[in-house]
Amino acid sequence: MYPADLKYTKEHEWIKMEGDRGRVGITHHAQHALGDVVFVELPKVGRRLKQMETFGAVESVKAVSDLYCPASGEVVEANTTLEGKPELVNKDCYGAGWMIVVKVADPKELNTLMDAKAYEAYLAAEGGH
Amino acid sequence: MSGQTVGTRGLVFNEPLIFEQGSPGRVGYSLPASDVPEKKAERLIPKKLLRDDIPGFPEVSEVDVVRHFTRMSQWNYGIDLGFYPLGSCTMKYNPRLNEDMARLPGFARAHPYQPEAVSQGALQLLWELEQYLAEICGMDRVSLQPSAGAHGELTGIMLIRAYHTSKGNPRKKILIPDSAHGTNPASSAVCGYQVIPVKSGSRGVVEPQAVAEVMDDEVAGIMLTNPNTLGIFEDHIVEIAKIVHGKGGQVYCDGANLNAFVGIARPGDMGIDVIQLNVHKTFSTPHGGGGPGAGPVAMKRHLAPFSPVPTVEKKGNQFALNYGLPKSIGKVRSFYGSFGVLLRAYTYIRTLGPTGLRRAAEVAVINANYILTQLKGAYHLPYDRYCKHECVFDDALQIPDNVKTLDIAKRLMDYGFHPPTIYFPLIVHGALMIEPTETESKETLDQFIAAMQAIAKEAKENGDLVRNAPHNPRVSRMDETRAARQPNLRWKPKPSGS
Amino acid sequence: MRYIPNTDADCRRMLDAIGVKSVENLFADIPAAVRLKRPLRIPPALSEADLVKHLRALAARNADADRYSSFLGAGCYNHFSPAIIGHLISRGEFLTAYTPYQPEISQGTLQAMYEYQTLICQLTGMEVSNASMYEGASATAEGILMAHRVTGRDEVVVLRSVHPEYRQVTRTYAQQINLTFHEVGFTPAGTADLKAIKAALTDRAACLVVQNPNFFGVVEDLAELGEAAHAVGALLVVAVPEPVSLGLLKPPGECGADIVTGEGQALGVPMSFGGPYLGFFATQEKFIRQMPGRLVGATEDREGRTGYVLTLATREQHIRREKATSNICTSEALIALIATIYMETLGKNGLREVALQNLRKAAYAKERLAKVRGCGLRFSGPTFNEFVVQVKRKPGDVLKGLLRKQIIGGLDLGQFYPELKDSLLVCVTEQNSRQEIDALAKTMGGGR
Repeated sequence: MYPADLKYTKEHEWIKMEGDRGRVGITHHAQHALGDVVFVELPKVGRRLKQMETFGAVESVKAVSDLYCPASGEVVEANTTLEGKPELVNKDCYGAGWMIVVKVADPKELNTLMDAKAYEAYLAAEGGH
Repeated sequence: MSGQTVGTRGLVFNEPLIFEQGSPGRVGYSLPASDVPEKKAERLIPKKLLRDDIPGFPEVSEVDVVRHFTRMSQWNYGIDLGFYPLGSCTMKYNPRLNEDMARLPGFARAHPYQPEAVSQGALQLLWELEQYLAEICGMDRVSLQPSAGAHGELTGIMLIRAYHTSKGNPRKKILIPDSAHGTNPASSAVCGYQVIPVKSGSRGVVEPQAVAEVMDDEVAGIMLTNPNTLGIFEDHIVEIAKIVHGKGGQVYCDGANLNAFVGIARPGDMGIDVIQLNVHKTFSTPHGGGGPGAGPVAMKRHLAPFSPVPTVEKKGNQFALNYGLPKSIGKVRSFYGSFGVLLRAYTYIRTLGPTGLRRAAEVAVINANYILTQLKGAYHLPYDRYCKHECVFDDALQIPDNVKTLDIAKRLMDYGFHPPTIYFPLIVHGALMIEPTETESKETLDQFIAAMQAIAKEAKENGDLVRNAPHNPRVSRMDETRAARQPNLRWKPKPSGS
Repeated sequence: MRYIPNTDADCRRMLDAIGVKSVENLFADIPAAVRLKRPLRIPPALSEADLVKHLRALAARNADADRYSSFLGAGCYNHFSPAIIGHLISRGEFLTAYTPYQPEISQGTLQAMYEYQTLICQLTGMEVSNASMYEGASATAEGILMAHRVTGRDEVVVLRSVHPEYRQVTRTYAQQINLTFHEVGFTPAGTADLKAIKAALTDRAACLVVQNPNFFGVVEDLAELGEAAHAVGALLVVAVPEPVSLGLLKPPGECGADIVTGEGQALGVPMSFGGPYLGFFATQEKFIRQMPGRLVGATEDREGRTGYVLTLATREQHIRREKATSNICTSEALIALIATIYMETLGKNGLREVALQNLRKAAYAKERLAKVRGCGLRFSGPTFNEFVVQVKRKPGDVLKGLLRKQIIGGLDLGQFYPELKDSLLVCVTEQNSRQEIDALAKTMGGGR
């Protein structure tokens, strides 16, 4: 449920490095806790984000969660498919349900994030699963 | 009634949208014949500013309209049908006398701008209502203008902001306990304030220490609901007010739950500076499917100069509107408030008098505690202590059987009851918030208690029955995900030729 | 007490079950120091019969549009309301229901709201409408706050021909977050001053706020105002305090309006000395998630039957709290129901006919008053059912003279506009007969 090649935040986002770019989405735990996702608000391409700055929001019928960017950098892609198909976040949160790609400014920042094992321990401590 | 549930099936009708009914040329109105020259519109207004017709507007007869709404009404649940224990919403009986009085032509057909000399009855009523509400709250002045509870909150926060601004600094933050209604933080934000949450203590109330820790001279004030949304009286209120006042802050009370202690204690005597009243809760005006309400704001003397204009003043035997408040925050709505709603509250207060108002609070609290003690055991009580006007349970005992608060709520419909407020307050996971009000008899409460106990049993023995509820209403659970993913917010004609 | 069923004996049995001696025990947590140790000082209870007498006596001290001929408008209109409205909204299932949070047992309210949203869209020519707000002025303030959210800009250009109370209310809201207001005057015709508007509109403007018909009853050319606003990237907010006009006038949605707000009172709602009324709010689909207020949407239940639910609630305060699009919670559902029944009863032809009668009667009154000695028309622009009359005598004196003849002659504009202190705003609706209009003209001319 938590792929080993990803890094995780305490706010339940993941980032996957692809060269100097990082693809970002929310974790299985996050999509499950939200329930059916009905809307994803994403930033415009070109926006510069600091690490853990909010870049958008994800909504279910009765809840809304801010999205936090795991690493500083410029948004180079946003997954516009989610506008019409927000359910992809539930169906395939590490694949087609990705949200943005950032050009990571400082790869060292990723060291502050959790790996899969640490994230799972974090969830267990939080009472999640 | 023993052995029988209140709810059962009756004959209800399907009824399409009005836009799918009628036929061209059909009319439901009658207008007097024209007694002035029948000039063409385009002779009076340039043609480019005129429309042809209103595409899609209905063409139906009066009978069609009457049947349309009568049938639709039968799909609704209302207090007139039965018990409506919606926590925090105070669904008490809505007296019909109040409705009749609001329709007297001298009120219903009076124009807000007609001369004061021929509006004395309306102005007297507003002036007297202000006196009553000020006495009930222990406050000095009351603005009757705000249109609803949240509007009253907004007005109250504006008063606080204006007060601080007059002292040179509007300040930046408002303290709000985590048990608050969502309107509290939202109203603060509309006034540009940053919201600082305060955690409730283990007894379900705000502890003075928690306030002292975050209180500083950039805090404009605190917004407290009392009794709070757990139905528990904030018993440290006096001490909390001292802490907030000590740093120059103001104490705002969300008066949504004032019905718990009318005539027993007064917010103004507890150190509260400003409070809004939800007359559609405490003072029995009907909710009407979600409004109209009215949210008068009662305030201490030092906030009165900032009150919205106009106020109503008495000079000798005459009543007059006063716009002469130079420090006023301005106007928060047009004219003088929801007069017709205020008139209903006035009628209610005059019907009950001081003795009746106090008895209403006492019986509301007895009724709530009766439910609390009778359902304890069948449902988990997160804060096990006596409550005021409402009690909060959760679904902890049902979760092991995979039955959730939502399921319990839906199953109650089959028994003929409106569900309680669910999943609020947010600090209780899976909350079931039950407010019976004083207008329910012991027999009704017993029926409700029996239904809740039966559902607790069903949850253990026949979970699917509960999870698939409701079974009796005209429609079953709605696909809310679909509604949000593909918003369909208006009827559109079907494309022709397909 | 007839609204409190439980007797002392019932209460006693319940207290026993609770396990306390007296009701006092249940209030033990309210500190003694703040307990009220005396009865409330409000008048003692009245019987139903006595209270009816008292309230009838109060009501009798007010003028009403049945006993007086009234020519007052200015944001509150005296229109005829069909008898069925009072009967239908009195059904307990509508009157005594709460907000439809439980859709399975609230389909009546929900379908009616969905029809209301549709009717408001059809009337205004807009794509989406919310399920109602408090009243016209605060709805317009919400419109400005939304324009600020959408554009991220901090300036607002408002025409002085917008209802003065709407301007006051929008200012009260906007000053909380320090928006800057620019007010622009009107031409001698009473219309929008396009040149001055263009000068005031910059790329810092969030919106241009206009009223149509404007406060003087004059019909504006919205299309050119929309172009001016859009040229600098600002939104056009159109306030409509008299929606009966939309039975005839081109809808704002066809003239470039981005947000249409207004007052639904004219649609069958009693004048009730100023409220409760109905704020309507409509906009374009692309702004849905920036909208304030409740929305009802169509969907299906588990068996595939069509039904309605409150939707897109994540915009609202109970979910998004301090980040909500508005703090509004209560709407005006029952008043929206009145407007819905009114619009459906009048329908396509009825609303147009009412609007035409208003236009023609006001035109007749205009002609009559223009010929009265000491009176003249203040503005030359085309008007709907209101117009401004300039008078030689003090307007206050004119009104007093009329009142002696049971005529409420209109609004003294001096209280809102120093430059119009010699003028009256007169409104004529389908409720005013030719005879009443003739009597108004005759009395204003000093006739007996």
